[in-house]
Amino acid sequence: MRTYGYYPGCSQFSSAEEYGDSAVKVAEALGLRLEPLPDWSCCGASSAHMTNHLLSVSLPARNLARARERGGDLVVVCAACYHNLKSAQKALLEDEALASRVEKIIGSNPRFRGRIVHLLDVIYEEVGVEALRERVVNPLRGLEPVSYYGCLMARPPEMMEGDNPDNPRRMDELLAALAAEVKPWSYKTDCCGGSLSLTRADVVVGMVNRLFEAAEEAGADSLVTACPMCLANLEMRQREGKLRFAHEHDLPVFFFTELIGLALGMEEAEAWFSKHLLDPRPLLWRKGVATGSVRGLPGSGTVKARR
Amino acid sequence: MISVTGSGLEKEIERRCGEKVRLCFQCGKCSTGCLFSPAMDFLPHQVMKLVQLGVEERLLSSRTVWICASCVTCTARCPNDIDVARVVDTLREMALERGVRPAEKNIPLFHSCFLANIRATGRISEPVLMGAYKLLSGDLTSDVGLAVKMLRKGKIKLVPSLVRGRREIRRIFRESRRKEMARR
Repeated sequence: MRTYGYYPGCSQFSSAEEYGDSAVKVAEALGLRLEPLPDWSCCGASSAHMTNHLLSVSLPARNLARARERGGDLVVVCAACYHNLKSAQKALLEDEALASRVEKIIGSNPRFRGRIVHLLDVIYEEVGVEALRERVVNPLRGLEPVSYYGCLMARPPEMMEGDNPDNPRRMDELLAALAAEVKPWSYKTDCCGGSLSLTRADVVVGMVNRLFEAAEEAGADSLVTACPMCLANLEMRQREGKLRFAHEHDLPVFFFTELIGLALGMEEAEAWFSKHLLDPRPLLWRKGVATGSVRGLPGSGTVKARR
Repeated sequence: MISVTGSGLEKEIERRCGEKVRLCFQCGKCSTGCLFSPAMDFLPHQVMKLVQLGVEERLLSSRTVWICASCVTCTARCPNDIDVARVVDTLREMALERGVRPAEKNIPLFHSCFLANIRATGRISEPVLMGAYKLLSGDLTSDVGLAVKMLRKGKIKLVPSLVRGRREIRRIFRESRRKEMARR
């Protein structure tokens, strides 16, 4: 069992609880133990870097100092946290004047030199596609997802170590190892507009709608993401697009960890899927890939209640 | 007056964030790739031009500075390696410091609610954030159905998760804001 420092991020305890839970349990099942940083705090998200640069480095720095004390690498699951922690790390290691200023502010050494790595990359590199394939007990045959990275994991391009920032492939390969029939498309790293979801929903509905249209055009039946902001935004604004554009989308959105868990036959999958605003279970029943408790009883009322 | 040595605004941006906007030769790749351009009053390459020309007031009070969602596509595509998104971040920071009335009032309001939430508890608590934003923006009616559904799904935790080191967090806010202000 390999252990890593882990930065969970705020969403994983509220709107994306199913992501936090599936990430930790799937990692554990694959031999990776994620140990949360003690008393971690919010990275500041978009609001800090959009309004105050020093704040946008100091808030992540408090967590980087804890990662430094712990040693080893730091695993992150939220694309926004990943982007912020990595940007702050780069700024602190490249600019000693900034680092010493921040050190005075936070009262501890923020110069974390370990690797900040997204769980997707840890699974790809440490477990590997072949080993993952061998662990599958419930192949997701017939499921036709597109992988959707969103913007924050892929930009600036150096964010994406070891994968192509314009056409990243790692998530596709992991999903293919689960026997899902992943569809190629050109919108993998397009922004979903998540940061304006509450303030300019009118702009965001159009962007989300465009993504769902493109996914359908690619022949997909679902989207898979590694970002809690993307998932929340896509689920929240899909319905509105449907009302406004009178276009029938019915594409659920998954976290990549949930599909790995489902393919590994994990019991917890039912609880994860039940948390979605767009219930993905009817699709899983239709495709015959629901397993264990997820199989449930189609027609028992859950299908009707999914909206 | 347009100066050949660069506008005061251009120099201020460089001093604040190190980005050399004078390198922009108006190829327009940033604007072509920008998914938010339909909602903007100035496109990203126009923002670069206005910085070069030193048209400060119109820029700081534009919709664009707040509509930009920092997806960083512009930066990734700039052939002159200008971090366009960072320039926009810097413009926002300047607009706030100078008290410029924002064309998109709800977006900076959302950011300030978000940061006030972190300052108070160390982590984001969605009911606190959404409640504060809804009350202060006066936009009480939109997304009510959504909030009810999220509550029913257990996606909104009513008890906020508190960081023990809240004094450290408050100090981070105090010091970051003080130094930004003193640098003016």
